[in-house]
Amino acid sequence: MSDGSMEVPVSEPAARPSAGVQPAGAGPRQEATGRAAGAARDTDVVMRTEDVTVTYDGIPALRDITIDIHRNRITAFIGASGCGKSTLLRCFNRMNDLIPTAEVRGSVLYHGEDLYQPGVDPVEVRRHIGMVFQKPNPFPKSIYDNVAFGPKVLHMKVDMDEVVERSLRQAALWDEAKDRLKDNALGLSGGQQQRLCIARALATSPDVLLMDEPCSALDPIATGRIEDLMVALREQYTIVIVTHNMQQATRVSDMTAFITVELDEHDNRTGTIIEYEETGRLFSQPADPRTEEYVTGRIG
Amino acid sequence: MDRWRIRGGARQAVEAAGAETTLTVQGSRSRSEGWKSLAFIALLLFSVLIGLALLVTLIIDALVEGSSRLNLDLLTNFPSGVPERAGLQSAIFGTLWVIGGMIVTMLPVGTGAAIYLEEFANPDRWYNRLLEVNIQNLAAVPSIVFGILGLGLIVRGPLSLGSVAYAGSLTLTLMVLPTVILASREAIRSVPPSLRQGSMALGATRWQTIWHHVLPNAIPGIATGTILAVSRAIGETAPLLLVGATVFVTFNPDGPLSEGYTTLPVQIFNWVQRPQDEFRVLAAAGIIVLLVVLLAMNSFAIWLRNRYQRPM
Repeated sequence: MSDGSMEVPVSEPAARPSAGVQPAGAGPRQEATGRAAGAARDTDVVMRTEDVTVTYDGIPALRDITIDIHRNRITAFIGASGCGKSTLLRCFNRMNDLIPTAEVRGSVLYHGEDLYQPGVDPVEVRRHIGMVFQKPNPFPKSIYDNVAFGPKVLHMKVDMDEVVERSLRQAALWDEAKDRLKDNALGLSGGQQQRLCIARALATSPDVLLMDEPCSALDPIATGRIEDLMVALREQYTIVIVTHNMQQATRVSDMTAFITVELDEHDNRTGTIIEYEETGRLFSQPADPRTEEYVTGRIG
Repeated sequence: MDRWRIRGGARQAVEAAGAETTLTVQGSRSRSEGWKSLAFIALLLFSVLIGLALLVTLIIDALVEGSSRLNLDLLTNFPSGVPERAGLQSAIFGTLWVIGGMIVTMLPVGTGAAIYLEEFANPDRWYNRLLEVNIQNLAAVPSIVFGILGLGLIVRGPLSLGSVAYAGSLTLTLMVLPTVILASREAIRSVPPSLRQGSMALGATRWQTIWHHVLPNAIPGIATGTILAVSRAIGETAPLLLVGATVFVTFNPDGPLSEGYTTLPVQIFNWVQRPQDEFRVLAAAGIIVLLVVLLAMNSFAIWLRNRYQRPM
């Protein structure tokens, strides 16, 4: 487990003015949300959403989401397809901005700073909060160029060879890729491609890694490797993963949020968090009957 | 069931096992399906052959008629009133200048418009919809109309460039722009959204994403649009006659702004009009030269496209 020995990545992203150590303290400065329970209370809160509501074309898809994401933990969002778990994940790095009809209300705090306040550059946000997608989406370029792309466009003054090697090592791809760095990334297998996408995200030295069903297009062996990787990366990064695979959530995550679709007063189907707990407890002693139904496989 | 058996001509199989009966029936049905697909393929082949036959006829006809004049003199001589001494040199250079100027103007403008419409324009806005309808309609405007526009806008009027080669380039640019924009938009749209998302998620700006990922992957489609545009423009005569391509130029244009130029189709048009038979032979030889120039330019575009074509 993370015992506080936070390894600093080779080149830590330049600290934002207000992103120092103090605001992240989960102590008295921030009011307890009441949702996060158990041991997680003791660790730092890296990200927090407050009453986040997401609408598409004015129709709410998620409403009043309040959740804390803890440092060096793996937080899993589980729930049936279409419940809005990916939409929630995309609030954390403002990827919903790319959908013209999507509108996010409420606040998403990153080290206490609201990512949605005016003047925040979504490009800057995504530099600190990396993302891995459901389907491996390497660029049709060489393996090297895939990893180097992030630091290059961010104009990071780094030794590129070093960054590529570190990122590929962190993603457990170095041994397989070191002799073919100039080869097209599309020649890799699906599992390797996904690890390359993880390496690509790590190359910009993010703080948080968002993973949107990263294994759903992979076979069990490749899935196992990615899961091992996630557990290893937890030492340095804060990971949020969306999964529809409950076994995966139990295998890798520390915290689990169960999201489901409810009908609101206007008969709109909107997603809400039913329960957010330590993974072990959520699966063994769910507090809410809806969670119990889902995790025992009676619905979904 | 009975109907099928009778139709299938399988009366003797009536008493046989069901599976066998079914097979017989299906056999006769697939036979008629087989005829249908054969007829379909024949129809498709026929359509291809019509186009091909016309092209081959044109080439053979031009080759037979013009072969006696297909020699180096045709390429190196300048126009002349004496058919034996007339050549195409100024027309070839004129065509290269006019089409070259058109390509370098049309590519940034056409690609830029396509990027705007695909990546930035909100299709719900009325002015963007208006733009779109306009571009589609412009593709159907006769080329002579663009010639009139070029004369009033570029040669005289606001731009007043005079009858220079680049005025011809600009006029042809206006004419082919809709084609280029439509083809480029198609190419940009076919770049998978997952690439854009992957790039944006790494903190790339919209512009960096377009420059590093969208455009390189759209180059093959943009090249195809360019081929279509060049093929159409290189054979245009009418708009160029209006904006000042002269029919009798005995010197090469020395740049895009040189006054007095002619192009291959304009020269061919001039020769066809002459009463002497020798000029008709010249015109046929000119058509062959025009086809070769067109083929060379398109081969270059195809080479470029293949170079950039990557597995997606």
